[in-house]
Amino acid sequence: MALGAAWAPAAQAADPIKIGFGMALTGALAGNGKAALMSMQMWAEDVNKKGGLLGRPVELVYYDDQTKPAAVPGIYTKLLDVDKVNFVVSGYGTNVIAPLMPIAVERNLLLMGLFGMANNEKTKYKNYFQIMPSGPEPALGWSQGFFEVAAKQQPKPQTIALVGADAEYPHNALAGAREHVKHYGFKVVYDGKYPPSTVDYTPIVRAIKATNPDLVYVASYPPDTAGIIQAVHEVGLPVKMFGGGMVGLQFAALQTKLGPKLNGVMNYEFYVPEPTLSFPGINEFLARYQAQAEKAGVDPLGHYIPPFAYAYVQVLGQAVEATKSVDQKKVADYIRANEFNTIVGKVRFAPNGEWAKSRVLMVQFQNVKGSDVAQFKKAGTRVVLYPEESKSGTLIYPFSKVLK
Amino acid sequence: MFSLDLLLNAIVAGILIGGFYAAVSLGISVSFGLLDVVNIAHPSFVILGSYTAYAMNRFFGFDPLLTGLLFTPIFYALGVVVYRLYYLGFERKGEESLRGLVFFFGVLFIVEVALLLAYGVDYRMIEAGYVGQSFHIGVVGIAFRLLLPCLVGLMITVALHLFLSKTFYGRAIKAVSQDSQALRLMGVNPVKIKRIAFALSIATASLAGALLILIGPVEPSIGREYIGRVFAIVVLGGMGSISGTLAASVILGVVESLTATFSGPSWAPAVSFGILLVVLAVRPAGLFGR
Repeated sequence: MALGAAWAPAAQAADPIKIGFGMALTGALAGNGKAALMSMQMWAEDVNKKGGLLGRPVELVYYDDQTKPAAVPGIYTKLLDVDKVNFVVSGYGTNVIAPLMPIAVERNLLLMGLFGMANNEKTKYKNYFQIMPSGPEPALGWSQGFFEVAAKQQPKPQTIALVGADAEYPHNALAGAREHVKHYGFKVVYDGKYPPSTVDYTPIVRAIKATNPDLVYVASYPPDTAGIIQAVHEVGLPVKMFGGGMVGLQFAALQTKLGPKLNGVMNYEFYVPEPTLSFPGINEFLARYQAQAEKAGVDPLGHYIPPFAYAYVQVLGQAVEATKSVDQKKVADYIRANEFNTIVGKVRFAPNGEWAKSRVLMVQFQNVKGSDVAQFKKAGTRVVLYPEESKSGTLIYPFSKVLK
Repeated sequence: MFSLDLLLNAIVAGILIGGFYAAVSLGISVSFGLLDVVNIAHPSFVILGSYTAYAMNRFFGFDPLLTGLLFTPIFYALGVVVYRLYYLGFERKGEESLRGLVFFFGVLFIVEVALLLAYGVDYRMIEAGYVGQSFHIGVVGIAFRLLLPCLVGLMITVALHLFLSKTFYGRAIKAVSQDSQALRLMGVNPVKIKRIAFALSIATASLAGALLILIGPVEPSIGREYIGRVFAIVVLGGMGSISGTLAASVILGVVESLTATFSGPSWAPAVSFGILLVVLAVRPAGLFGR
């Protein structure tokens, strides 16, 4: 049974355009999955209020994939063969997009992807389009900002410590960082991995401190992100720049608990509420999202995945309207050839389906006071330092200045 | 990179984290070591303790350690219920070995899912004035976030040791682990004694959970990260030996800390389990086992 549907009463007479997907509503990634679904429902509401697509209401048909890749083939087979959906889009995350790729290729489907890391690298499927703004070379785009900002400082930093969890994402992020290290000519003085079950991070931070690096690039998951930042404050780490690829700092849960300890930390982001990223519709979207978030039990800020979950169906909708068609090939051809105005800005896709140009932001936490979540809803706590066109403030440099 | 400063800090950090490991492992030492009940759900009770501390901190501003202490009677009662179910369903029928293991797997999932439904998948952290504060003794830095769990771990160890060696019920628990039939002949009901001991092991999870959330953020399934480590500690220390559990916890903590500092953190679990294998090869009963 489909879990939900949304359409406007005015358009009920017409045959709906069905968009099918699996989404993580339980399991490890349910927090983000639920937030993504809420955003997609907001998009369906908006479209239906305006009379639907091609005069037909939009209906979302979705099932809980439980964050399990094994559930994906069954869900999509049912969506296509039983529910007869017009389009499928992916659920949240690299691991559930991977089992969907062969289905899309086999059936020649247009597939919009939601935050998959390099899912199309092997398949090279031309009708796959992915909304996470990591650019055509995700591993490089991820840390480009950190290294570009570092290389511009005078005098130029010389040494770097690389550290990350022994898991898939940190491996990729650190591989990209190593490429940049070579390119910018830094010297690696520490390159370490730690097991995800690590409890205490003070020995790791002390070991890094002993190598006296200028820069520290960290690729971590939420529990280690918190552990490392706490250890940095307890041990003291007199470095020039710290952070980079720390997962978890995008969400209110860690932001509010770490509070002022975040000041000076640099990190990747996809959207932050700075004036330089004020795209049409984003503020209205966030106001609506934030009003519903607490009741839905999802991240109260909604800066990470929700705007992009709205945007990936927005792209699909705009392409359907422009081609006046629900034909997979026609719509896919249109998406490949055109630029889209979305609530996350202008989106154009590269031949491999990733954003044509990376827009991974490098931000620095500044002016964080106490643990109030409201401060993170406004501009000024996560200042954008990269890319240049989105820059909204100046780097506090060195990091050790903030630690004192 | 080697320096005396780094070495001293690594040893102290290892001792501190070892004290925390002891707090988590003592419950297993009692249930697995003394009662032969393979409670693999123990870490999930520890996480339940963490979430209790989190909830009381968030809604009433309670200090996590105070919550941990206040809730030990409730966790004790929970332990009584779990043991009753286990006894009636499996132990009484002599089916405790494999089916009992499945039972505790079930308990683990129920606790995890209940926490997931109540709190979601986000990581939870605690607010307390001393979290993030540290002080120095010479070159050695000590974080309160790690010092308090170590001290509480030591206190639980001492309290449990005294209870088991000085009180009637404590001695009866030791006796039931050796020969329950003989205990029955002495006029003591071994089931009751086992129930008390098991409930006591769950009661320690209340405090251990409060310590865990002091050290770092938790999410409902994070207990699985600890299952291997705590069972290894209990086996290394010697089954049922409380002082052995403490010694093994500190040894593992120091070994992990030294490895993380000097050879790369990735090696820490391999070195810890390597030590376990070597000790078992030389002393199959563990360090303090009889």
